[in-house]
Amino acid sequence: MKRLIALPFRKSLEIAFQSIRVRFFRSLVTTTSLVLAVAFLCYMQACNDFAQALLNSGDINSYQVLVKAGYDVSFGTDVIASSAKQRWIVTLSLLVCIVGIINAQLMSVTERFREIGTMKCLGALDRFIVRLFVLEALMQGLAGSLAGALLGVLSATISSAFTLGISIFSSFPWLALVSSMLLSVIVGTSLSLIGVIYPAILAARMQPVEAMRLEH
Amino acid sequence: MTEKTIVRVSGVTKNFDLGKIVVEVLKGIDLEIEEGKYLSIMGPSGSGKSTLFNMIGGLDKPTSGKVFIDEVDIAQLDAYELAWLRCRKIGYIFQTFNLIPVMTALENVTLPMTFAGMSNDDAVTHGMTLLKQVGLEGRHSHKPTELSGGQQQRVAVARALANSPAIILADEPTGNLDLKTGEDIIDLLKELSSERKVTVISATHDYKMLNVSDQVIWIRDGKVEKIQERSELEITTGGLE
Repeated sequence: MKRLIALPFRKSLEIAFQSIRVRFFRSLVTTTSLVLAVAFLCYMQACNDFAQALLNSGDINSYQVLVKAGYDVSFGTDVIASSAKQRWIVTLSLLVCIVGIINAQLMSVTERFREIGTMKCLGALDRFIVRLFVLEALMQGLAGSLAGALLGVLSATISSAFTLGISIFSSFPWLALVSSMLLSVIVGTSLSLIGVIYPAILAARMQPVEAMRLEH
Repeated sequence: MTEKTIVRVSGVTKNFDLGKIVVEVLKGIDLEIEEGKYLSIMGPSGSGKSTLFNMIGGLDKPTSGKVFIDEVDIAQLDAYELAWLRCRKIGYIFQTFNLIPVMTALENVTLPMTFAGMSNDDAVTHGMTLLKQVGLEGRHSHKPTELSGGQQQRVAVARALANSPAIILADEPTGNLDLKTGEDIIDLLKELSSERKVTVISATHDYKMLNVSDQVIWIRDGKVEKIQERSELEITTGGLE
């Protein structure tokens, strides 16, 4: 292949990272909505994990403690699942979050029209542009969801210690918490990626002339 | 020996559809541009010179007619080939410099080399040489915002030269610069074009450009009004003074 245009993966990673670093404050705002949504999701999961752990501990008083704390348990219950209401609220918060991400990414694309047009004039292919935006979203998504997951688990630990008592520390559900965090990170990163698809395609499809014609 | 034609424009028209009315910007342009020439497209604003310029650069497609670069019809190229053309054959210089704001001067210059598949070390070495050539030694780690307009345009010139293109397209390269800095950029372009045998095509309404041009194409109302060689030019400018 004589006519090859390339952008090595490492270089794209570098450019994407630099883009985030330079626009750190803006990225932070975009990521904050994700952090909050993921933290909420993780908080719900982790609270249930603590309740489940308490239930599994086999303590006679655990039923009373759980009922008092508002969990829907009775004698004979052995699995604590999230309630329909909880699921609704989490879904809604994730939906709001994804709309927020799309909005922020669209603005960031508009802001960078000229930059994208310039890159295309220098020979960038559509997929380079998509790749840069997706990588940026991936980094933001990972960082944001990790922060959110940690925040969620931390707040769940504190609030559970108050509602369920310090006995939760004697049967600390490490494994369940880690898997809840993992789930939250996966969900958060996917949200970030889903949110960037449309803006990235919009950016990549743009003709360089159009990008140049726009005045700032 | 006859000179090789590098750009050929034949019967190019361009209409812009603005919904209710259709504006004819180019009304049939025929041009042949020889390799290694320093050429200016002159004309008042609104004459269609920027549109013509975009056609030659493969940034826009004509409504009818054809543009050939190196005898290849650019309307026939697919996205990859067009990207390759923009990357390797043509260097662009813009009125508004259009450097990538998040990158340093050196990174701006090496970006097209990366696209062209050059290794990072080679690109850095070559980029430093180019920056030195345009007189920006020691400023390689500066961001565009830390450079003056003239310096930014110098970076843009270095970037346009990155992959040793056959053609440099400059759209009003001096439009945003003061008199002195504009002259420096013109001299730099002229020097590079004679040194590297690059064809320089610039759209401009800056009369300073005339002094260095081998050929001037006057555009008025979407048509070529006249084409003047350098020898004819000196008489005209002399007559004006």
